[in-house]
Amino acid sequence: MTARVVTIASGKGGVGKTTSVANIAVGLASRGQKVTCIDGDIGLRNLDVVLGLENRIVYDLVDVIEGRCRLRQAMIRDKRLPELYLIPAAQTRDKTAISPSDMVRLCDELRQEVDWIIIDSPAGIERGFKNAIAAADRVLVMTNPEVSAVRDADRVIGLLDADEKGPAALVINRLDPVMVKRGDMLSVEDVLDLLAVELIGIIPEDENVVVASNKGQPLALDGKSKAGQAFQNIARRLMGEQVPFMELETQNLLQRLLGRK
Amino acid sequence: MAWLFGRKKSANSAKERLQLVLIHDRTDLTPAELESLKDDLIQTISRHIDIDPTAVTINVAHDGRSQRLVADIPLRNVGRRRGREPGRAVG
Repeated sequence: MTARVVTIASGKGGVGKTTSVANIAVGLASRGQKVTCIDGDIGLRNLDVVLGLENRIVYDLVDVIEGRCRLRQAMIRDKRLPELYLIPAAQTRDKTAISPSDMVRLCDELRQEVDWIIIDSPAGIERGFKNAIAAADRVLVMTNPEVSAVRDADRVIGLLDADEKGPAALVINRLDPVMVKRGDMLSVEDVLDLLAVELIGIIPEDENVVVASNKGQPLALDGKSKAGQAFQNIARRLMGEQVPFMELETQNLLQRLLGRK
Repeated sequence: MAWLFGRKKSANSAKERLQLVLIHDRTDLTPAELESLKDDLIQTISRHIDIDPTAVTINVAHDGRSQRLVADIPLRNVGRRRGREPGRAVG
């Protein structure tokens, strides 16, 4: 087994990296893949709560790197899927507790054990980001259709190119098709035009995301919601499948009931 | 409804503003620096050939993610230039 290492980065905070890591990992694991996700946000860990695994943490990423436990001991197994694991971040340390070469060594060891390693990068472009991309075979850059997020994504894409970690693949999160139609939100085409990178996913705005994180049950587990399906589609694309982008709903309930186009 | 009141779509403003911001972010070149580059360019070129300084434009264009500096420098009529003493500015 030789895992592929995929890092999700964004520059700007709050665009949905952690939610995406959880759901893409669930998407891959529900297709029979063996997946480990790593929370790279040391000091501000969150992937554990989004996955609903916060009560099962014994060891964390820094414990493995500093040799207080074996790799296997820090991998929390998600009981809902046969082969999904989480290596949580340390909460009482900071980004300088590990270095990019530590991450490369850890991932090299882990590569033998799983099919996919999905790393959640912290926001920013400093040490935490550098740690998170050090071992990556592929980096997904996440943005929202909104000026500050697009600008930061551009910066990250440029840094990845300079670091020979490119070309990045773009995920546009929280797209509201009604606002786009009204001309009050950048469209997918606008964002692609500005950033000039390959697109790997479009996640529609979906209130189920909040409900899912309240419960610690990633959306992609049941796959009924639009956002859940969109995350499943990213997982399929990562596995090399050609999946068309979903048609996004722009009609309101009344229009739908009346059958208007 | 926006068109009725002639309101500009906010997505268009976002795109236009981002286009400019990204050019400067990517090249690390501020509009003021670009302007001073233009002045230097005009001075240097004027030492060798007669140009119209007011007609010079300089811009950063992009093709995908790569940037290029594009300068448009119209030359003055060569026939007129020959009869002139060197160094004297034209009208």
